[in-house]
Parts: sequence; structure tokens; C-alpha cells
Amino acid sequence: MELKPLVFYVFALLTIGSAVIVVTVRNIVHAAFSLMVTLFSIAGLYVFLQADFLAATQVIVYVGGILVLILFGVMMTSGRLDMKLKMERGQLFWGGLVTILIFALLLGVIRRTPWNVQEELGTVEGTTAQIGKAILQSEFLLPFEVASVILLIALIGAVLISRKEVREDE
Amino acid sequence: MNDLTPYLVISTTLFCLGIFAVLTRRNAISILMGIELILNACNLNFAAFSRFVTPPDDISGQIISIFGIVLAAAEAAVFLAIILAIYREFSTISPDETDTLKG
Amino acid sequence: MLPVFQQFVQNPFPEFFAQAGSENLSQLVLEFLRSHVPFLATLPDPVLQLIAMLAVCVIFVAVVPLLPLFLVLAERKVSAHIQDRVGPMRVGPHGVLQTLADGVKLIFKEDHIPRQGDKILFIVAPYIIFACSFAVFAAIPFGKSILVSNLNIGIFYIMAISSVVVIGVIMAGWASNSKWSLLGALRSAAQIVSYEIPIGLSILAVVMLVESLKMQDIVMNQGGLGILSWIVFRTPFTFIAFFVFFISAIAEVNRTPFDLPEAESELVAGFHTEYSGMRFALFFIAEYANMFAVSAIAATLFLGGWKGIIPGYEFLGGTPGFVIKTMLLVFVMMWIRWTLPRLRVDQLMNLCWKYLIPISFFNILGIGIWVLIFQNDRNPAHIGISLLIIILGIIGAYLVLGKRSSQSPAPRASSA
Repeated sequence: MELKPLVFYVFALLTIGSAVIVVTVRNIVHAAFSLMVTLFSIAGLYVFLQADFLAATQVIVYVGGILVLILFGVMMTSGRLDMKLKMERGQLFWGGLVTILIFALLLGVIRRTPWNVQEELGTVEGTTAQIGKAILQSEFLLPFEVASVILLIALIGAVLISRKEVREDE
Repeated sequence: MNDLTPYLVISTTLFCLGIFAVLTRRNAISILMGIELILNACNLNFAAFSRFVTPPDDISGQIISIFGIVLAAAEAAVFLAIILAIYREFSTISPDETDTLKG
Repeated sequence: MLPVFQQFVQNPFPEFFAQAGSENLSQLVLEFLRSHVPFLATLPDPVLQLIAMLAVCVIFVAVVPLLPLFLVLAERKVSAHIQDRVGPMRVGPHGVLQTLADGVKLIFKEDHIPRQGDKILFIVAPYIIFACSFAVFAAIPFGKSILVSNLNIGIFYIMAISSVVVIGVIMAGWASNSKWSLLGALRSAAQIVSYEIPIGLSILAVVMLVESLKMQDIVMNQGGLGILSWIVFRTPFTFIAFFVFFISAIAEVNRTPFDLPEAESELVAGFHTEYSGMRFALFFIAEYANMFAVSAIAATLFLGGWKGIIPGYEFLGGTPGFVIKTMLLVFVMMWIRWTLPRLRVDQLMNLCWKYLIPISFFNILGIGIWVLIFQNDRNPAHIGISLLIIILGIIGAYLVLGKRSSQSPAPRASSA
């Protein structure tokens, strides 16, 4: 009796099922809370990929940060009665068609490509130290610094754009 | 679960659901949720390749996933700031109705 | 004589507490089951492991709700004695069974769901908060082997899980369809998200010193010299980080003086205004479990965890000492609650963004320099230097701040 594959498929089902709810449900707040389940299950999948640090980062940034931002955005921009989402027939048809075409194409690619899968997978005993070394002592140092500058720019930009305009000269 | 394909199928499904949301939703925040799904699909792919395709001691894929999460955070913050500014100007966040630049 | 005594103090029940090679609780239970329950030992290994895991879950789900039972009574007694009252006295001797009576009353109360609210989210929200505050306990080391799992990312996992509480709070506030709930939830979310930054930065200070995220490694790093090797006293910067962490933790669990999300005079009861009966009890249990959890984390990170005050003497694997440290911190939280008035929203945000976060950044820089100079080898001389700096700093702060408060005797609220 193996427990692990069962847990894996539960996470996979949760990911896809909640993502389907995110894109189809009509109430935007329900969509946002369903997105939480998706993000959390993806963190679970990262654990199966032995990416423990990445899983915790996913939870802390996506669930604790981005999702809270999204919820704040929802509550500030829609009144209590205005939470319903409208969808048009034509858009639904063409969007669905394009999506199914892309999906079929990608599945074909996955099936045809000869993936160069490693023979020996091996178990990794914690990735934190490896990630730290790779970021600070190898070619990822420059991207790391650039990412921090981008975060700073985004921070300042978001404050500048979203605050109410206070003009002295008018 | 000790195979690359399930992860790729999951991330493909997520990607397509994200595309579907971006194409059909008429609310900017729903579109943002679609974009987040797409970004998550990409990150999942990177992590899966890092586990199955590259050698075990090479974790570049995971690092790129972390960069992806960082950039998603920055993107979401700016996106929502823009949405708030648009909402103040137009009192709606439907991309169809905020079309004053249309010729 | 002494080694025998030491052996007894550390481990009076060797057959249960010192199982060879068991480093977490489920292994401990597994080996206990194997050796003490004969009919289970014949089962195949995965089944036995599953049973051990479930047993650990049951232990936690059974024990952790008992904590609030005790903490609520403690809070009422502490508040009563601070205010020169006696507190609950009717149920049981000195009112010790009061919380139990309240719990029974809550179970039998009507379970009311607002008709205009969002029924599904209203039902789910308390469970999210409850589950998150429980999941934190999985990584807290209560003793040498009393730990559910010594995760590779221990403290980072705790941060991640406790950041999910915000979602439950917003969900509860929104689903109630009440303006008090929604305002309380948004305030709470803003507060928790803001105060997560100083918490994360002070944890980072500890992690820089220990060079590991594992909770047991953090505890092990504080052994050897007894109280002197606790991380609070190790460097002057961790001394500051401890206070930053503790203040932010009080804000993170929404307690006075940072209880704006449930300010009774403004918002009725904040995000759980509309909840009643057992659902309200879930919020209540989660709140007190959270309080215990942040105190336990503070004790683990800064006050030596289950390591004793005197090196080498850990009674019963250190668990009682750890619980005493945690309870002391919990008591300080209660003391603060019944002493200080509530802050305003702008004061709350000013404290976080203008004081705590810059101080934490300064701490990070300082820790980096300290580790570069002294190499963190737990040399007593270096700890002595650190203690000297801490004492000088306290005296200096007392002189400067004492002078300022004596110069301006008028209450500062009038100038705000």
C-alpha cells in the first residue's frame, strides 16, 4: 500500500478542480477564494518535487501576499451587489475554441517530445542551502539584484499610481 | 508522481484555464487571476524540469521559479494599483468599457 | 552520585522518553507501539506508520484545545487581579471550571448563519483559521524528541502557514455581510500583512546567526552555556530583535494594544461579530492557540527552546522548562493587554513602518557585521562583550528616555 501517489493525485485533482472553479464561477469573491485552494495545492505539488523552500515561498507570497491584494482589489472596486461576473456567448465560444486548440497542441507536444529524464532521481536533503549558494555565489547574483530593484520600482510605482492625486497648483 | 508527464499535464491544464479566463472574463481582476494561473503553470513546469531533467545537484529551475514568484508579486501590486486608478476614473473595471483611447 | 542524579533529572522514564534514534513524535509513538502493544507489531509497516501519524494528530487535536481552556481562565484571573477583583469564583473551587462551563454553554447555543451572508464561506472561514493555527504546532519542538516533524524549512514553514490566517479573516468578514465584520476584517488583514515584515526580519536575524531553518538546529545552537548561550543574549542585535519580534507577534495575534480589528467600542467584535455558538468558539480557541504558538516560537528562537538555564540539566527532555518559558511570555502578553490602552490606526501603522521595520533592517546589518567579526563560535568572551553592550545600551536608553519624559510631563496624547 503506497500512500504517496494517492496524496499526489488528491493534490493534482484539487489544483485542477479549483482552477476550473476560478475560471467558471460567476461570483468573483468565490473565484478568489477558490484561487487560494489552487495556489495551496500547487505548493503541495512543489513538496512532491522536493522543492520545500519553493513550496513555502509559494504559500507566503501567493496566499499571504498576492491573494490578499486581489481580495482588497475586489472589495474596493465592486459594491456588495456587483460581484456577479458577466460572460458573453460569442466570447465564451471563441475563447473556448482557442483554449481547446492550445490545449490539444500542448498535449501533442508533451507526448511527442523525447524528454531527457534523469535515470537516477535521488533524494535531496533540503534545498535551502543550495538555493542560497546558487543565488549568492553563482550566475544568479545579477538577476537577484535586478529582481530586488524591480520590486522596489513596483513598490514605488504602485504607491504613486494608486494614491489619490493631491495637486497644490489647481 | 515519479514521472515528468503528470506534472506537465497539470501545468498545461492550468495554463489553458488561465488563457480561457483572460479571453472570456470581463472584469480586470478576474483577468489578473487568469494571469496568475498562467504564471503558476510556468513555475510548476520549471520546478518539474529541475527535478526530472537536470541533474539532482542543479536547482536552477527552482531558482527561476522563485524569480517568477517575485516578479508575479511585483506585477500584481502594479496591476492592482492601475485597476484602482482606473476605477476612480471610470467607476468600472471592465476592459470593454474603459476605451476612451479608441479612435 | 551526580551523574545518576543528572540522569534522573533529565529522564526519569527512560523507557518512554529516550527511544534510540527517534527524533520526532511519530517515530516515538511508532517505537512505543512496536515495543509495548504486541498485537500492533504484527501489522505491516506502512499501516503502523499511518496509525502512528494518526495518533500524533489525535494527540495534538486533543491537547491543543485544552490550552485555551486553561489560558482563558488564566486571562480572566490575571485581568481580575490586575484590576483588584477576584474573577470567576462560582464554578468549581476558585472558579477553575468556569471555562468548561462556558464551553458547554457555547456548544448548546443556537448556530446562527446570517441570511444575507455567503453561507459556504461563512461555514468554511472558522475552519481555515483553526486549521492554520493548529498546523503551526507541527513544527514547534516541545522537547528533545517531542516534535511532530523536524522540517528542513521549519521556521519558514511556520511563517508561511501563519500568513494564511489572513485569508480566513477576510473570508469570515466578507461572508458575514455586516459592515462591522468587513471593516474589522480589512483592518485585521492590513495589520497582519504589515506586521509580518518585522516578524520575518527578526526571524532572519536569528537564522543568520544559526545558519539553519530547522527548529531543532536553532534550539541545539543555544545549548552548552545555559542561559548565556540563549540567542537573546548572544548579540546586542538579537536582543533588539527579540523585542521587535514580541511586539510584532502581539500585533499579529490581534491583542491589545493592537486589537483594532476587534475594537469593541468601534466595531462590536470585528470579523467574528456575526458568529455564534461553536463557530465562535472555534475563533476563540484559535486566538488562544495562536497566542500560545507565537510565545512558543519566541521561546524557541530567542530563549533557548527546551534547553535549560543550567547547561546539561533538561528535566524530562526539557519539555516542562519550555512550557514554563512559553507561559511566562503568555503572561507578559496578558499583562500588557490589561495595562496599555488601544492604539489608533495611524499610530499602529506608524509604529510598524516607521520604527519596527527600520530597526529590523538595522538589526540585519548589525548581525551581518557581528557574524563577520566574531564568527559566531559561541565563545564566552564574545557573549561577555555582547552582554556588556546590552547593559550599557539599557542604561543609556534609560538615561536618554528618562530625561525626555521628565522634561515633558504633559501627556503626549495632547500633542498628537
